[in-house]
Amino acid sequence: MAATMQPEAVAPTTNGHNSSGRARWKYMDTLLSRPGAYTDPDDFVPGAVPIGNVEQSHVLVIGAGGLGCEILKNLALSGFKKIDVIDMDTIDVSNLNRQFLFREKDVGKPKASVAAEFVMQRVPSCKITPYVGKIQDKDEDYYMQFNVVVCGLDSIEARRWINATLVGMVDENNPDSLKPLIDGGTEGFKGQSRVILPTMTSCIECQLDMHAPRAAVPLCTLATIPRQPQHCIEWAHIIKWEEERKDLVLDTDDPEHITWLYEKALSRAQEYNISGVTYSMTQGVVKNIIPAIASTNAIVAASSCNEAFKIVTSSATFLGNPGLNNYMLYTGDSGVYTYTFEHQKKDDCPVCGNLPKDMLLNPESTLGELVESLAERPESQLKKPNLRTEEKTLYYSAPASLEESTRPNLKRKLRELLADGEDFAVSDGAFDITFRYTVRYT
Amino acid sequence: MLKIWSMKQQQQKSDAASGQTKKKKVTAAQLRVQKDLSELALPGTMKTVFPNPDDILNFTLTLTPDEGLYKGGVFNFTFAITQNFPHEPPKVKCKEKIYHPNIDLEGNVCLNILREDWKPVLNLNAVIVGLQFLFLEPNASDPLNKDAANDLMTDRDRFKRNVRSAMAGGAVKGETFDRVMK
Ligand SMILES: [Zn+2]
Repeated sequence: MAATMQPEAVAPTTNGHNSSGRARWKYMDTLLSRPGAYTDPDDFVPGAVPIGNVEQSHVLVIGAGGLGCEILKNLALSGFKKIDVIDMDTIDVSNLNRQFLFREKDVGKPKASVAAEFVMQRVPSCKITPYVGKIQDKDEDYYMQFNVVVCGLDSIEARRWINATLVGMVDENNPDSLKPLIDGGTEGFKGQSRVILPTMTSCIECQLDMHAPRAAVPLCTLATIPRQPQHCIEWAHIIKWEEERKDLVLDTDDPEHITWLYEKALSRAQEYNISGVTYSMTQGVVKNIIPAIASTNAIVAASSCNEAFKIVTSSATFLGNPGLNNYMLYTGDSGVYTYTFEHQKKDDCPVCGNLPKDMLLNPESTLGELVESLAERPESQLKKPNLRTEEKTLYYSAPASLEESTRPNLKRKLRELLADGEDFAVSDGAFDITFRYTVRYT
Repeated sequence: MLKIWSMKQQQQKSDAASGQTKKKKVTAAQLRVQKDLSELALPGTMKTVFPNPDDILNFTLTLTPDEGLYKGGVFNFTFAITQNFPHEPPKVKCKEKIYHPNIDLEGNVCLNILREDWKPVLNLNAVIVGLQFLFLEPNASDPLNKDAANDLMTDRDRFKRNVRSAMAGGAVKGETFDRVMK
């Protein structure tokens, strides 16, 4: 991606909405108008096609925070013209050091709309539609309109949701249903960018173990056998405060409150011979602060947008080609280190591995036996399952009326109910996901 | 972009070669309704009836309020769910002709989450709770049956009397209602 940012003072008319229109994108046009060392001759037709792809691709950016500001800026300056951005948050004064699309006057306003406004002012040819709210407010019809989704989120829950949604949308008869998902993430000096081709490559659910889970220490550990300085702080935070200052609502921005917790934690740490409790650690643990570093955001966002650009233009091999690398890990705390690798798709992934899985069944066994075996399957342990095919309600544990009318099926042989190769779906109130299986008779 | 799809098709070809036959899949709407049904927590005053147990997209909900003005009545609602669910809300209608400010004489129900406030994140349980609420707290502010709403607003005692006589199969202002008593 050649730099396409023109100094506005020098070339005030080349901002993309003048008559010639392309002056601002001169270098990008040059890049896309010739084959290069990394272009695939079968896939890359230099000229109008890749240039048009950049202009016409509808990109969804999820998150307009530290990463989102960078992503929106990068996409707009790379020539993308149709962008939607979703963010539910409003601007806080502490964002201003790195979320450079926001100014002091914007504090309290929604991030998505302020970011969209700012970028559109600088790059008038780019149309950014903001949505202030949750990604969960939107349905598949909404997500279907995009060509690429770029995420700059700090929430694992939100990532899992969009991942499951995009995986679930893939319809093998509709090429447009497959939406490449590019996910950037940062934590302090570390970050990653990865490309997911839903159902084709390892997905966010497959890669869940790449996120260190927020260490929730059992309460009993905090109360009885602290081993780390953080345990002492959590003890002061969760247990001691409740005991001694119950009537006072803890304000994590009140230095007196943090000092109180720090002192309690420190004396407990001394009691257990644990070193390392500091005031700033106390603040960090209590406020659950993940330090945000502007340059980490910039690097990860650059990589994410680079992948988006390569995917829509085919101008170079992008992350996520099946069998090739799909994950770029960045470590900035000792030099600038990146490691790019292939994270393998997991067969037992509840999201993308949850595409119908083959289940070997004896056609002479009964539905009741199948239902019992579901309770024993390690991945599911479905105690109150509801099972159906496209045509038939096989057995429903609930509601009562369906239980009653489907109960006789439990005694019936599978061959009377299910055809070889037929799909069936199993849900259970205790699980968010629905398991899907394909019958394979033995 | 095209390249991704051709790669996907290649993957599929190898899947097909490994002997997979494609039969009809459980649809997204069915998956969602099945999940909603597995999470349904019906109190004793409600039950579902599935005329065709294989079709979970069409059923009847029977409501028998045990408190409030409509206590002692039996009210049946048809639920018709399309393949667009949960993008579209279920279509819910009252089978009986009843005297209720938020239900018209055709059985149409005025409940915000069945129309303007429907969101795909809402589930069948939310709709059912909403219906239950209509019988406990009929409200005059968004009426479908203006006469009933007017009665409720101006003379609560008369409204109560009208509810009782309508439930018994009587007439209110010349309009005869279905008998819905248990
Ligand atoms: Zn997966």
